[in-house]
Amino acid sequence: MSEPLLQVRDLVKTFGGRPVLAGVSFDVAPGEVLGLVGESGSGKSTTARCVTRLTRPDSGQILLGGRDVLAAGRRELRALRADMQMVFQDPYASLNPRMTVAELIGEPLLVHGLEPDRRRRRERAAELLETVGMTAEHLDRHPRSFSGGQRQRISIARALAVEPRLLICDEPVSSLDVSVQAQVLNLLRDLRERLGLSILFIAHDLAVVYYLCDRVAVMLGGELAEIGTREQIYGDPAHPYTRSLLDAVPVPDPALARQRPSST
Amino acid sequence: MSTDPLLRVRDLRVSYPTPAGPAQVVHGVDLDLAPGERVALVGESGSGKSVTARAVLRLDPDARLSGRIELEGVDLLKLPPRRMREIRGGRVGLVFQDPLASLNPVMTIGRQVMQPLLIRGVPRKVARRRAVDLLERLGVRDAEHRADDYPHQFSGGMRQRVVIAIAVIAEPALLIADEPTTALDVRVQARVLELLRELADERGMSILLITHDLGIVAGFAQRAVVMRHGRPVETGTVEQIYTAPRDPYTKALLAAVPRIGGDVTRPLAVIGAAGEEKEGS
Repeated sequence: MSEPLLQVRDLVKTFGGRPVLAGVSFDVAPGEVLGLVGESGSGKSTTARCVTRLTRPDSGQILLGGRDVLAAGRRELRALRADMQMVFQDPYASLNPRMTVAELIGEPLLVHGLEPDRRRRRERAAELLETVGMTAEHLDRHPRSFSGGQRQRISIARALAVEPRLLICDEPVSSLDVSVQAQVLNLLRDLRERLGLSILFIAHDLAVVYYLCDRVAVMLGGELAEIGTREQIYGDPAHPYTRSLLDAVPVPDPALARQRPSST
Repeated sequence: MSTDPLLRVRDLRVSYPTPAGPAQVVHGVDLDLAPGERVALVGESGSGKSVTARAVLRLDPDARLSGRIELEGVDLLKLPPRRMREIRGGRVGLVFQDPLASLNPVMTIGRQVMQPLLIRGVPRKVARRRAVDLLERLGVRDAEHRADDYPHQFSGGMRQRVVIAIAVIAEPALLIADEPTTALDVRVQARVLELLRELADERGMSILLITHDLGIVAGFAQRAVVMRHGRPVETGTVEQIYTAPRDPYTKALLAAVPRIGGDVTRPLAVIGAAGEEKEGS
């Protein structure tokens, strides 16, 4: 394996004396999609927030392309954030309703000083919209005139504006309908292939993670229960907790659903 | 089916008044539920599945309903409001997605579970006994003491068990469950669905499950109605719908769901404007 793009070592975080992360370590290779799964309270979102420094861990180390994320000063952090962008669950809450699509996508280019020229920002926004399967016609509209799936595409276009190497997606499809979810998953899969993006993909839906992720880390009570390739985790899980999660996943097949062990 | 249906819905239409005139959102739903049968109404957002379920109990005062909704032979659309209130929580129990929103935060769990019985004149001591027994049955440990706790002292999964207890304590013939496990973790979801199925079997209770999750339907329901844009597009046994879907939208929906063990080298199917399956890109 090549040098990891992201290295996370021994993350520890407590909230009000309660341990939320109790030593989390993993790597994400360039071009790799790592799934982070677990139930609510397992620490998967806190891990994502630590990596992007939206939350500070009590201890641990995070390296992005060899650069120390936790030790970074303001200017360095800005540069690091251009290299890792986040996509959130709720495309209704994460887009400023007063901004047009052109402004929303252009904003990161302005903030990071990558494109001071307004017209060129607009051109770049149009290109990015096409990357996510929308068109320049959408540039002057506001978020309210788009469906949930389109808004999530706009969020992704905005995240891609600064050409990050790592995309961190926190439950990006869990509020979407099945048909829209398929479009966004296809888009993420396609972006990874076309742009060689690495993705840290946080989700609770194990079938979605199966579809998208090369490797999977299973979190339980602030620790990694196990981490392995898709084939290992789904085909031959080492941890009983992983087995119990897989057994509980509803299967869209009546014959298979009847055969499964009871979850008691 | 040889027995008379418990619930028979014919040509149900639902519209809401708007400044521009009535807007119809459900355009003619037929539905039969036999005693003890589990039927799923499945669809994406805007399909009209929840509106249909709520219409059965006339829960939206603003909704204008037409058609027939017969419960045990009685047309619910013709009942006076007082009789309708007796049916809700009596012959028909209700469970919604968000257990926190359905529970009163300042009333003890036990009191809330007893309520449907107290309203119906069951003596307090008997009601308390039955509430505690039912909570035990639903897997609430040490129910005798936990009955004196408040909702915030219960986890999400335990709260949903309480909501189910409230819905079934008066022994309804029909339980309407609208996305009852959507807010729950996958293992808790599996346990709650299993409890619902066991309760239905023990009591001969019918369940109308409203869900967007095709996985849940396959394991839980015997029959399903797939809805889109306020219309049922396909009705059948789950075996028929999952193995030989006839409607293009049903086919497309099933192809759009990622599956563990499925092909990860190809894009997922997407659904075209007319509801047909399209090669994803």
